Amino acid sequence: MSLGFKAGVCVAALVGATMALSASAQAYTVYVTNEKGNTVSVIDTATMAVTGTWKVGRRPRGVTTSKDGKELFVCASDDDRIDVLDTATGKVVRSLRSGPDPEQFILGPGGNPLYVANEDDSQVTVIDIEKNKVLAEVPVGVEPEGMGLSPDGKILVNTSETTNMAHFIDTTTFQVIDNVLVDARPRFAEFTSDGKFLWVSAEVGGTISIIDVAARRVIKKITFKIPGVNDEAIQPVGIRITKDGTKAFAALGPANRIAVIDAKTYEVQKYLPVGQRVWQLAFTPDQKFLFSTNGSSNDVSVVDVEADKVIKSIPVGLLPWGVAVSPN
Amino acid sequence: MNASLFSTSAAVALLFGLGGTACLSLPAAAQEPAASAQAAEGSSGDTHIGLIYWPEIAPSSYDAEAAPEDEGVAGARMAVKDNNTTGRFTKQTYALDEVALTEGKSAVDAARDLVGKGIRYLVLALPADDVLAVADAVKGEGKGNEVTIFNTAAPDDRLRGADCRKNVFHVIPSRAMQTDALAQFFTLMRWRKMFLITGPNDNDRLYADAFRASAKKFSLKITAEKPWTFGPLAKARGDTPTRSEAMVFTRGVDYDLAIVADEANDWGDYVPFRTVDPRPVAGTQGLIATTWHPTLETWGAAQAQNRFRRLAGRLMRPLDYQVWAAVRSVGEAATQKKTADPAVLSAYFADPAFSLPAYKGVSLTYRPWDHQLRQPIIVVQPKAMVTVAPEQGFTHQRTPLDTLGVDLPETACKF
Repeated sequence: MSLGFKAGVCVAALVGATMALSASAQAYTVYVTNEKGNTVSVIDTATMAVTGTWKVGRRPRGVTTSKDGKELFVCASDDDRIDVLDTATGKVVRSLRSGPDPEQFILGPGGNPLYVANEDDSQVTVIDIEKNKVLAEVPVGVEPEGMGLSPDGKILVNTSETTNMAHFIDTTTFQVIDNVLVDARPRFAEFTSDGKFLWVSAEVGGTISIIDVAARRVIKKITFKIPGVNDEAIQPVGIRITKDGTKAFAALGPANRIAVIDAKTYEVQKYLPVGQRVWQLAFTPDQKFLFSTNGSSNDVSVVDVEADKVIKSIPVGLLPWGVAVSPN
Repeated sequence: MNASLFSTSAAVALLFGLGGTACLSLPAAAQEPAASAQAAEGSSGDTHIGLIYWPEIAPSSYDAEAAPEDEGVAGARMAVKDNNTTGRFTKQTYALDEVALTEGKSAVDAARDLVGKGIRYLVLALPADDVLAVADAVKGEGKGNEVTIFNTAAPDDRLRGADCRKNVFHVIPSRAMQTDALAQFFTLMRWRKMFLITGPNDNDRLYADAFRASAKKFSLKITAEKPWTFGPLAKARGDTPTRSEAMVFTRGVDYDLAIVADEANDWGDYVPFRTVDPRPVAGTQGLIATTWHPTLETWGAAQAQNRFRRLAGRLMRPLDYQVWAAVRSVGEAATQKKTADPAVLSAYFADPAFSLPAYKGVSLTYRPWDHQLRQPIIVVQPKAMVTVAPEQGFTHQRTPLDTLGVDLPETACKF
């Protein structure tokens, strides 16, 4: 009996892998930070399996790759630094002076500088990653977290979780030029690819605010309603919008769902069930797959973007937080 | 799971959040950081918040878990700092006026002094009688600029019931909320038979009353009740003769769980592991219901813990959190209303549109009928968080948070 059961599992796994293979023209590498494991889990999209686990500093959260994919940047929040890993070897090759408690960051469109939210220190630090030099420190609200960059790289947006604002920062002068009040505990900021709109999630407010970037006004608030789930459990965090601007995905935290949103009409079309306490999202560069970190169930869900379907869940380390995908 | 007790068919959900219209666009922010927490008196534009408290009695040098001298005060200092960081972008600045009471200075005197200086927000870390005296003394002061009082330390249900006052908002959960939180968890665990042990102080009797009401509300059974008559044995030294009768007084009782009512921490910690039958202990010691704990790290609490530790050099305690939430209520309301005008804010705290994010995963609001802050309550043992109330399955037509404490139909409060 038990043999038969195992065989069944194997077949299912193989089918899943084949499906992934046939759907994906190119294989990418997915990097997942494990906040309590102090590691990065490495996933190969060809097999949708973990191929490695790399040691990094304490409380790894924000994660991103260099433009060429050769380096991986990881916020080691409790070590007050950013670890830079060689993606060929999985070893930490150097660390950046990030300022205290780096949580999230975003790389300039040219691959430098790196804009870092220092959660415990109410500031944004701008780092030249080649010279490992702090270019500027910008005071923002309490508990800065979300970091969004306009496609032309000119406007940086930081959200502060306790001040409840999106701070607009000019990246040439490093001055705060405007502040837009959003709902409680803003976690993530994402520009549309045309740079016209900014989406900001509010974890406690339970909403996503759409901000007109030119007017710097909230023009729409997206709310969520899921049968059988308390409104209190719907806590939007990570947001990703497709390059063609038609579809958006929002991770809803302890609601254990990803919302699929029509990015033109702002209507929620579907809720995809994923693992527990889903936080951050990342597309593969071809936008065929979306990966989500599910902190409480210690796994990553894989979404087929075209079909709006969850096709697999992959166990990773303890408390997965951030996710980034290699550019090639 | 007794959900039927609370579920009603009406599906009127009160949405948390700021409502749909809060949108603030400000010109370039002042880059100059705001003045320090204790800005000098008279710097015009500062919103002053008064804090009145009884200082902790100096502990014995060997007391390993003595209450710190700045308990509560440190929470206020952090909140004023947080208010000012946000205020940088809204051009609002805050200052804290701390008043430690002494034998010669009553709470009412201190409150009158502060109100005389123009202060319109008073945060009290005081017992129930002092809260009432201050509320009545400052009522009508300020000529239209009503004084708003925040109660951060008195859990007494009468302050939310027959003795409620319109100018008082309660940040600390009532005893009823605390015992309801425990009772919901016991219901979930199917622990039904309770042995209630009550201490000699008035507060212990009030805690026992609250527990009895919670037991009734959630269909738990109190199978035995005994008073504690053996003195403060939890504070006894190792060479104090052990009171053998205290070790056998749990004999012959049929129960799942011993509930201790000892708000002074005199003897409750003596009971665990000394019951004749091996039974867990809950109530004011053992498994407790509270607002804050060193192991709380979800919902961004880790950031508050770190910020507090850096500021105060110690762990954040429940009173620190409660005072923080009171001072932040003023800052948050001012941000949302775009003014710190007391005439506007005193009416706004009880407005359903006002909400306070306070590291509990949901926005907190004040109940309009008794001004109690609605909040999830954490249930913890000394080294770990065990659960968060309201438990899944306890539903309510407004919000599950209203399954904790006295609900609108039962309230004795009339403003």
